[in-house]
Amino acid sequence: MSARIFIPSDSSALAVGAEAVARAVAKEAHARGLDVLIVRNGARGMVWLEPLVEVETPQGRIGYGQVSARDVPALFDAGFLQGGEHTTRVGKVEDLDWMRRQQRLTFARCGVTDPLSLDDYRAHGGFAGLKRALAMTPAEVVEEVVASGLRGRGGAGFPTGVKWRTVAGAQADRKYIVCNADEGDSGTFADRMLMEGDPFTLIEGMIISGLAVGASKGYVYIRSEYPHAFRAMQRAIEIARAGGFLGPDVAGSGRPFDMEARLGAGAYICGEETSLLESLEGRRGQVRAKPPLPAVQGLFGKPTVINNVLSLASVPWILAHGASAYAAFGMGRSRGTQPFQIAGNVKRGGLVELAFGVTIRDLVEHFGGGTASGRKLRAVQVGGPLGAYFPDALLDTPLDYESMLSAKGMLGHGGLVVFDDSVDLARQARFAMQFCAIESCGKCTPCRIGSTRGVEVIDKIVAGVAREKNTELLLDLCDAMTDGSLCALGGLTPMPVLSALTHFPGDFERPAPTRQTAE
Amino acid sequence: MGQEVAASLSFDEGRALEIIEKLAQLEGAMLPILHALQEAFGYIDQRMVPLVAQALNVSRAETHGAITFYHDFRDAPAGRHVLRICRAESCQSMGCERLVDHLRIAHHIEPGQTSADGALTIESVYCLGQCALSPAALIDDEPVGRLDEARLDALLGQLNGARA
Ligand SMILES: Cc1cc2nc3c(=O)[nH]c(=O)nc-3n(C[C@H](O)[C@H](O)[C@H](O)COP(=O)(O)O)c2cc1C
Ligand code: SF4
Repeated sequence: MSARIFIPSDSSALAVGAEAVARAVAKEAHARGLDVLIVRNGARGMVWLEPLVEVETPQGRIGYGQVSARDVPALFDAGFLQGGEHTTRVGKVEDLDWMRRQQRLTFARCGVTDPLSLDDYRAHGGFAGLKRALAMTPAEVVEEVVASGLRGRGGAGFPTGVKWRTVAGAQADRKYIVCNADEGDSGTFADRMLMEGDPFTLIEGMIISGLAVGASKGYVYIRSEYPHAFRAMQRAIEIARAGGFLGPDVAGSGRPFDMEARLGAGAYICGEETSLLESLEGRRGQVRAKPPLPAVQGLFGKPTVINNVLSLASVPWILAHGASAYAAFGMGRSRGTQPFQIAGNVKRGGLVELAFGVTIRDLVEHFGGGTASGRKLRAVQVGGPLGAYFPDALLDTPLDYESMLSAKGMLGHGGLVVFDDSVDLARQARFAMQFCAIESCGKCTPCRIGSTRGVEVIDKIVAGVAREKNTELLLDLCDAMTDGSLCALGGLTPMPVLSALTHFPGDFERPAPTRQTAE
Repeated sequence: MGQEVAASLSFDEGRALEIIEKLAQLEGAMLPILHALQEAFGYIDQRMVPLVAQALNVSRAETHGAITFYHDFRDAPAGRHVLRICRAESCQSMGCERLVDHLRIAHHIEPGQTSADGALTIESVYCLGQCALSPAALIDDEPVGRLDEARLDALLGQLNGARA
């Protein structure tokens, strides 16, 4: 029997040399006349350990972390095919503290299986949710998702089942399922990891959604910064179609559902749902006024479910295990699990799926191990570029929708970016304004013009020009943006700015570096 | 720079039309067509605008508007290699601006520019989903992470070597 070796094809692993490792392993095995089977799995989420090579042994899967191609001959010498000792050996992967402490529902298969093998998918519980959904009425499926308490993971936290109910109730000759895979927030990569590491889960979620609301066509809109995820989804869709799970007769049910992956073109605003729909239709990604809601008049004017990757990918587990099993996780009105992403200046960055309610500190200190630089941790930005900067004093805030709101922050897509004490929060506030100016769709004056004014005003404050008057002006600008913006780009840019001003006022009172953060 | 390369490229209308026609039947065909044209020609030539507009039955203004809205579409070819360096918050926390300074000082090139020999274009991007490996970049669609000055120099050196 040939030894099975797992070397991730996830783009994070590729970014640090996994391809060269895979080539070296194949070459060395060949030279030694050893029979090995290299499986290109997805990522486990322990990104700091990448490239993480695993070998299957009778004791379980043994991991070797941060392996480089140069290590490969020594690994063979050390008998790594039998789990032999080596400096890179991290032990049994499932027993690692990072893995053991998680509640992996949505990401249960990610990193374990071959992402493009339908057999692997089925062997690890795939399509159990679809099977159960096919035995239910569409309305029952919708109510199951409502009962699970699942809320949109794209940032706004709207109950997914309630959205589906609206689409299911709409009368139309055509309806659509659109998956929002624009994942533009810095510090987030869960959508990417899932699409590269377990794409059939997303496909299964979209099929179930389509059957539940009566839509027969789906699109996954993937940002162009994710070329690997796009190719992985395209291949997975073809394989699912060839396997009879997409097309005129989904899994022998006699009911149709098919889908396509589409590429974005580099615009943060296209993550906003109506802008995304405009973009899919082939126009400039300008935000539409709501109402009408996409659920009533969405893609090409038809009733449309638009959900984040993680929302849709949670559905197969919910259907397979039941709404109450899912709702048993979490706290308050935040039910289930959230794949958190720990990023930035942190020793151990990666993805951790846990029930809502874990604290920021637990994630960045326990899982993350503190800063990568070894310096003092000073701030954590939670929820992407529109999220708040948290100082150390607030790191015990639990991560759930309501607690984050009461701390004047937001959970967003669950990304945490860690900064050490070299960070200048006035500069980060300036960047927030600048980012808004770069990415504004241009429809609202406070967003388009106010953000550029915001940059200028922050520069003046930092330079000490009429500091009090200009701080007041900045607050007024933030008010105008909050009140006068059609969408959350303009509406929430004040959040990082005000959090910086509130928690780190000293940073606005010293001369800032003259160089700008971006062009 | 870009302009000269553009002028030296002959515009193959037949090939453009072929690409457009193959995709025009898709729902919302605009972006797939523009991506395919840019993939084939390296940029979106002004002369493609009326062809796309006609195939999709929209105005030239609307086509032009779509092209200019998105950061991805170029009106002139890029260098032979494109380095897209992430400058979003996660990469900021790990010193991406130092890398941008390094590119300017040691390689005499800034985001938004193409090197004089047409070998390299540098662009800023905001997030590549490699935030646990910051600072990160894409080189010709291949991700690279845990960058520092030395690794960046080595990668750029490899690109030059590959083009000799
Ligand atoms: C500026 C802006 C950017 C957004 N970017 C994303 C994104 O990248 N991915 C996403 O799923 N939702 C994003 N959203 C939220 C979407 O508008 C929408 O709420 C979401 O797709 C709905 O799906 P959900 O209910 O499953 O979260 C963004 C919103 C705004 C205002
Ligand atoms: S707030 Fe900004 S991005 Fe949103 S609709 Fe208005 S101008 Fe467009």
